[in-house]
Amino acid sequence: MKVVLHHPRREIDVSGPATVRALLDHLEVNRESVLVIRGDTLVTGDERLSDDDVVELRPVISGGAFARAVPRGRP
Amino acid sequence: MKCRVCRGGAVIELRRHNAGFCPEHFLRFCRDQVAKAIAEFDMFTPEDRVLVAVSGGKDSLALWDILTELGYQADGFYLGLGIGEYSERSASASRAFAEQRGLTLVERSLPDEFGFDVPGGAKAAKRAPCSACGMSKRHVFDETAIAGGYDVLATGHNLDDEAAVLFGNVLHWHTEYLARQQPVLAARPGFPRKVKPLVRLGEREMAAWCVLRSIDYIVEECPMAAGNRHLAYKEALNEVEERSPGSKFDFYHGFLRRAAEGFRHSEQVDDVDLQPCSTCGAPTPGEVCAFCRLVERAGGSVPVTLGATRQVEPR
Repeated sequence: MKVVLHHPRREIDVSGPATVRALLDHLEVNRESVLVIRGDTLVTGDERLSDDDVVELRPVISGGAFARAVPRGRP
Repeated sequence: MKCRVCRGGAVIELRRHNAGFCPEHFLRFCRDQVAKAIAEFDMFTPEDRVLVAVSGGKDSLALWDILTELGYQADGFYLGLGIGEYSERSASASRAFAEQRGLTLVERSLPDEFGFDVPGGAKAAKRAPCSACGMSKRHVFDETAIAGGYDVLATGHNLDDEAAVLFGNVLHWHTEYLARQQPVLAARPGFPRKVKPLVRLGEREMAAWCVLRSIDYIVEECPMAAGNRHLAYKEALNEVEERSPGSKFDFYHGFLRRAAEGFRHSEQVDDVDLQPCSTCGAPTPGEVCAFCRLVERAGGSVPVTLGATRQVEPR
């Protein structure tokens, strides 16, 4: 799947399928710090994401840092 | 995940409430939380004229939207800070929001009116950018609210903001700040009544509100804010919140219920002796207020002496 990150804005590829929660764990992103948006729809942690999905991880901390690391591979 | 109310598909999970919500019931939840905060802290009434300080970001635009939805008379106020393209995009987002909804947006600008911008002002005054920015905003917000005859000035400070400030104040035992950390500050001579109606909602909820209401807000961060301590506190609290949902709410609202009054009593916060600034007339403990000193150091000027609305009696 294609994952859109911010600060700076960029795209990465992550192998699916995976739940939203697994994706965030894989990217070491705190669940409290982002909204997960597939297309133009918000999705919850138990939602299953497929390889074809484009997913935005939108930071919600005003001015805050974002992902500490972006590991490769499958969640 | 199912919506706690209607059992339809949820689009957001609020772990501190152990619940998911569909769009309709999430928006209702947010409106209810703001209405509850306004009532709980006796912030204002439907008869009051509210000035909402907007930045083009999610919190202030969501606040303006919610207050309008709840039927309050709310105008927006945008202050141009001169932070390059970031300020231009912030202004555009604020104007677009107001135009789409037929709302009134009052605009002022530090560079146009006072001859300095936040980066230049911070450098000249040897202050951190967030410090110079915050002080300038407080001064111009207060002045604009009073000059415009508004009953109350509302800001988009949310639960995360307040919990992070509280964390910093406790960490360093800034008791004078703890004494003033309230969701409502009463009007005083030269100062408007100030309220924070989002103190029951976190910034994740505010971002979700904007997404669900199709509000085009500025997602990017202020380029001047990177690395400030406030953000480190937010991240630390989110680490705690992830392991123990509800901690931020308990921390801040527990402080308000159980500790705030004690700090107010011991610090006697309202006893500071103020006199009119000799340059602008705003209340200040010294001869010239901090904003006018900043303007002077930054090479700008205060264009007009304020009218009687901000004058305080000389001591």
